[in-house]
Amino acid sequence: MNGFEDGWVLPLLLMLVKSVALIVILLALIAYYLWADRKIWAAVQLRRGPNVVGPWGLLQSFADLLKFVLKEPVIPAGANKGVFLLAPLITGVLALGAWAVIPVADGWALADINVGILYIFAISSLGVYGVIMGGWASNSKYPFLSALRSAAQMVSYEVSIGFVIVTVLLVAGSLNLTEIVRAQDTKLGMLGWYWLPLFPMFIIFFISALAETNRPPFDLVEAESELVAGFMVEYSSTPYLLFMLGEYVAIISMCALMTILFAGGWLSPIPFAPFTWVPGVVWFILKVTVFFFMIALVKAFVPRYRYDQLMRLGWKVFLPISLAMVVIVAGVLQFTGWGN
Amino acid sequence: MNAAAAFFYIFSTVMIGSAFMVISARNPVHSVLFLILAFVNAAGLFLLLGAEFLAMIIVIVYVGAVAVLFLFVVMMLDVDFAELKQGFLQYLPVGALIGVAVLIELVLVVGAWTMAPAAIGAAGSPVQPDISNTLALGRVLYTKHVYFFQAAGLVLLTAMIGAIVLTLRHKPDVKRQDIGEQNARDKSDVKLKKVPSRAGV
Repeated sequence: MNGFEDGWVLPLLLMLVKSVALIVILLALIAYYLWADRKIWAAVQLRRGPNVVGPWGLLQSFADLLKFVLKEPVIPAGANKGVFLLAPLITGVLALGAWAVIPVADGWALADINVGILYIFAISSLGVYGVIMGGWASNSKYPFLSALRSAAQMVSYEVSIGFVIVTVLLVAGSLNLTEIVRAQDTKLGMLGWYWLPLFPMFIIFFISALAETNRPPFDLVEAESELVAGFMVEYSSTPYLLFMLGEYVAIISMCALMTILFAGGWLSPIPFAPFTWVPGVVWFILKVTVFFFMIALVKAFVPRYRYDQLMRLGWKVFLPISLAMVVIVAGVLQFTGWGN
Repeated sequence: MNAAAAFFYIFSTVMIGSAFMVISARNPVHSVLFLILAFVNAAGLFLLLGAEFLAMIIVIVYVGAVAVLFLFVVMMLDVDFAELKQGFLQYLPVGALIGVAVLIELVLVVGAWTMAPAAIGAAGSPVQPDISNTLALGRVLYTKHVYFFQAAGLVLLTAMIGAIVLTLRHKPDVKRQDIGEQNARDKSDVKLKKVPSRAGV
């Protein structure tokens, strides 16, 4: 009986505690990222943004949470009820699930699996199901059109994201996220991170991440001027909250992925004494915040793409460039013997 | 019962259950969703076998790409549910016959299974435990089996080109945006026209 408890129950409990801690911290951070997103957007447009609930509007996200949870969830009569309620759950759970393998500091990953990057890629490619199922189950024209668009959009940009990840894998020589960060640990500090040698891929990844998470300028899925609110039209209350939450968690995961693949994860940008004393998790969160700031600025600056322009960018610009870069990077590695 | 066995039973029960629901669900969209559930559970079974690379590839390729397109085709179809329900029992004898035939064939094949003498030696050389199975696959896939890999790629490429050839149509009287031409436009090409009120261009 003792062996049973040691081998089974204790690791399970430990994993449970760790997961809950990660999710709570993540959600609290996301409440403030959401607030920051609105504040940055407002600042660009010379507005104040949320400033009523709490000092500087800091508690706005929590007020929104309460409001959504307390509202009545309306399910349309013609909707396919099971699928309708399953869709936001899938979006929320998948978005949070990606965080199981993300190393926020050296050894600080819930599951440090060998195929971590593939796992994240798999999870983010499943994200499209939440949108499709929500759009279809609503039994309404606008959500369905939006679901059609989003499937095409997310599948197209996944291709270029996949190739970008392949180039990083070729250079790092591992599918493990921790190993990818360790491979960037050189004496050069931030100049040794992959954003510099793989610079065009970094830009492609950033833009594809915007498209993959349906952020402006690629938010055709919920383009309010043509589709009212896209696949979320029929959703209210907690199901709607889950969609929004899933979207923001996915955005933060994309920022975390950019940090890990191109910006050295938890490593200090300047590799000597006073900076290396700072704990890795602080650098990680700082880098994620910088990337989130860039994504928030894009939302404020760039007008929405037209649908054919979006498709052209994905298939005719990003795909050839990233395909060529895979060949170039592989060739350079093979003939110069880098990384060996 | 240890954790692996418990998970094996969970995954396989859900997989068989959802595979059954694929053929018995009334709504075709539900069928595809159950198919996706079956795929995900298959990936879970691969994980239990220690084939983590295959598990992830199943999720990425089948669930993330193939099933999405499949789901779309099914959603776009205008299916008459009442008619669909009617014909279900009518085809049962034929379906059962085919099923039994396939089962007998499978039993015969598996019963007469012998390993090739060369393959027995290969099976006896397990992968070193210190390298991950992604690395192990990569080492043989791009060296020993590179021609098969390239041939499989060519087959897919042919299918892709075929699909494009079948659907690509050049309509002569459609206005298209030519980005290259737009970007190459010079300032001198643009003329400002003074348009008098109520006269039009």
